[in-house]
Amino acid sequence: MPLLWLIVIVLALAAIGYVAARGRAMKSAGGDSRHLHSLPSYYGSNAAIKVVVPAFLLLIVWLLAQPLYVNAVVSGMIPDTEVAEGSNLSLVMAEVRRAADGIDNAIAAGLMRPDAVADLGASDVTQTLKDAGQIVTSELTPAVLDAARKFRVLNNSGTLYMTVAVIVLALAGLGIALRETNKDFRARNVVETSIRYLLIAAASIAILTTVGIVFSLIGNTIRFFSLYPAGDFFGSLTWSPSFGGGSELGIWPLLWGTLYISFVALLVAVPIGLFAAVYLSEYAGPKMRAFAKPALEVLAGIPTIVYGLFALLTVGPLLLSVFGSDGLGWMQGTRAVITAGIAMGIMLIPFVSSLSDDIINAVPQAMRDGSYGLGATKSETIKQVILPAALPGIVGAILLATSRAIGETMIVVLGAGAAAKLSLNPFEAMTTVTTRIVSQLTGDADFASPEALVAFALGMTLFILTLGLNVFALYIVRKYREQYE
Amino acid sequence: MTDASMDTADAPRGKISLTAADARTKHRNAAEKRFQMYGLAAIGTGIFFLVVLLWAILANGLTAFQQTFIEVPVYLDEAKLDKNGNRDIEDIKKVSTFGYQPLIQQAILAQVQDEGFDTPLEDAKDMKALISASAAAQLRDYVIANPDRIGQTIDFRILASSRVDGYFKGRVKRDDLARDKNIDAEHLDLVDQMRRAGLIQKSFNTEFIFGADASESRPEQAGLGVSMLGSFFMMLVVLALSLPIGVAASIYLEEFAPQNRWTDLIEVNISNLAAVPSIVFGILGLAVFIQFMHLPQSAPLVGGLVLTLMTLPTIIISTRASLKSVPPSIRDAALGVGASKMQAVFHHVLPLAMPGILTGTIIGLAQALGETAPLLLIGMVGYIATNYPDGIAEGFMSPNSAMPAQIYEWAKRADPAYYERAWGGIIILLVFLLTMNIIAIILRRRFERRW
Repeated sequence: MPLLWLIVIVLALAAIGYVAARGRAMKSAGGDSRHLHSLPSYYGSNAAIKVVVPAFLLLIVWLLAQPLYVNAVVSGMIPDTEVAEGSNLSLVMAEVRRAADGIDNAIAAGLMRPDAVADLGASDVTQTLKDAGQIVTSELTPAVLDAARKFRVLNNSGTLYMTVAVIVLALAGLGIALRETNKDFRARNVVETSIRYLLIAAASIAILTTVGIVFSLIGNTIRFFSLYPAGDFFGSLTWSPSFGGGSELGIWPLLWGTLYISFVALLVAVPIGLFAAVYLSEYAGPKMRAFAKPALEVLAGIPTIVYGLFALLTVGPLLLSVFGSDGLGWMQGTRAVITAGIAMGIMLIPFVSSLSDDIINAVPQAMRDGSYGLGATKSETIKQVILPAALPGIVGAILLATSRAIGETMIVVLGAGAAAKLSLNPFEAMTTVTTRIVSQLTGDADFASPEALVAFALGMTLFILTLGLNVFALYIVRKYREQYE
Repeated sequence: MTDASMDTADAPRGKISLTAADARTKHRNAAEKRFQMYGLAAIGTGIFFLVVLLWAILANGLTAFQQTFIEVPVYLDEAKLDKNGNRDIEDIKKVSTFGYQPLIQQAILAQVQDEGFDTPLEDAKDMKALISASAAAQLRDYVIANPDRIGQTIDFRILASSRVDGYFKGRVKRDDLARDKNIDAEHLDLVDQMRRAGLIQKSFNTEFIFGADASESRPEQAGLGVSMLGSFFMMLVVLALSLPIGVAASIYLEEFAPQNRWTDLIEVNISNLAAVPSIVFGILGLAVFIQFMHLPQSAPLVGGLVLTLMTLPTIIISTRASLKSVPPSIRDAALGVGASKMQAVFHHVLPLAMPGILTGTIIGLAQALGETAPLLLIGMVGYIATNYPDGIAEGFMSPNSAMPAQIYEWAKRADPAYYERAWGGIIILLVFLLTMNIIAIILRRRFERRW
């Protein structure tokens, strides 16, 4: 693993730089650290930073840029005739990459001599790769093989250049740091400024993540809409993807399923969560509170896959025995809107209860006292004074729970079924946006077909929907909280 | 004034008592009681759900930790395993598992006949339903490791088939046999007799904890070990990236950031990212790490990167809270004795906030450990991994699964024997989460400081 070695070399240079610069600084001060501007370790740190940071920056940029460059060069080598009907360039490029990897692996396994790669014909190489147990989907064509060769050459030389450049940069950093090290050099200020920039860089990763999300969603969504008309996506009431082509990809059945299941979940979670919050904050003694609150919060800490399994194997069969053909005859299978809804509702109870609890606690005692003074009972106070006062916050909590329900995946994947329907019957199986994202992207489809790309459009819808709900909920919660502070 | 109001009261005089409530007060008191009961009922329901959930997990999953084994002496026939008789390892390797299968079947038949069991099954092939398909591979591995034992009779402890195992655990019932092609009532009669003779036993299933996933037809062999390793490498990535980045970001935002638009943007962003659905992070990972950067699919490295981005907001929010709880007097004191701002933060504030930061990090890691949806999109699903990766680099780069993804994979398979594995896997996952949460609680208790 040369990359690992490169990192180790740079780190070793940094360690050398630390020791050398520290020693040099001490020497320039005649061995007495009181004559130095900064503490001795700062001189060392300065050298280490100057070795590591530029070298690693270059490394990261190079690692990101090299595949782009190589891809651009190599895909230019592939003639249009090579791209078969119904296929596209990215598939051929994947084949090229596979062939190049296969050749590398075959050489590493000693089945092929490195210098023989350039001389062998396409069929020989295919045969060797197959013998070596490498994945080759079909016979390599000469053009693909040439591209694979070029790919290897470019990649190998690129890696070599990168190694050299990174080490040279690290050495240069070391040299500069050592040259500027003397007793009057303000090492601490320099070190602190660079650490400050590192902190800023770390904080910016949150922005980068959002940018990454937005760009990956937008880019692929645009590609999807160039293949599939947006009017059909938003206008059709049918969802029937077929990888052979001719699929209808209307979003409405999925949105309907998502909202319906979320609604059932909230029907379970909101009353239970709200009453629990009221009881915990207004009636419960300290002992009861100390036990019940964490017990409910455990529900939020359990992974969603557990709820998914619970829905599929416990809630579903239980409901089926009551509402199924042995009972009332309303339900056909274990997977249904109500199955997923109940399991998700259980998961959401603590979201509603904990947030509402905080908000009810924030209602000032004076309001309660005023109500009691007028002769109201406790429940009347709660219903007529506290809940109205806490209402915006509670609505915010419910909105947050809703956005959680809309984005939930594992419970609906296991509990809700796969049928895209526009129906009001809660005992029928329905499908959701998240379920479809998973199934469209985990199939064997290539990333260029509208059937796979639709997942990005669905993800975009989901992202906008939940983002809107979150922003709105946070706005409400924040605005309400400020009133009593 | 008071007289006037007294006059208008038309209630019967003299009978009013504060201790005997009138109808309206009774009504109000009843409403009060009812309301309180609703609250209690809600809490009761919540805790009832929790109990049902835990009960379902334990009742369905504990059986996965036990497995049924058959003890049988197998004669390793030289004529079949080593035709040339020269113990050449290459020759022995040529015999596939199909060559070993009859040996086991005959061994069991011989045992059945020796013990004199009353059964109509008299053909060696009939015994196939009793043993796992993995038994032949177990035998083959043994012979390849010990070629000198060919020609001897060796005692083996082999896995029973999933139906026999299910019969032991009550999953396979005699009433359902009509629909089952894999096992008959005669087999179960024989199993009962073998159980009485002590030839079939249930014992602790180490293979479930340390083994790899198995194919659809061999649920009795499937284990969680390899995906545990995948989860472990993923958590290493998450820890190595999210702790330093999260702490650095929090320090900047809490201690150094000026109040301007840029930092405001970052703050809003972080609280929004904390609420983005996890599957969107999966899409991000797919598009950026796999499509764009061409990192290997299904690798724990990619899974770890995706989960890092997901846990960062959680860690930043909790780290900021614990930095905020360090009183300003500490900073002032450090600055007062001549420390720079950076030194005050790194030498004084950060060490004091460390317990809180660690607690938040552990909780964030626990969340990441249980996350499934983003892993499905980057292809970290069970059946790819069959064996342990060799070496550290392999562990990060070679295709693997993660615990929750493996559980999902089992839950998707049609065989009920796999449902037991899925519940069992959940027990292991929850044990890990519980341990992490307890460590976090202990850390908080031990280092909690009130200023």
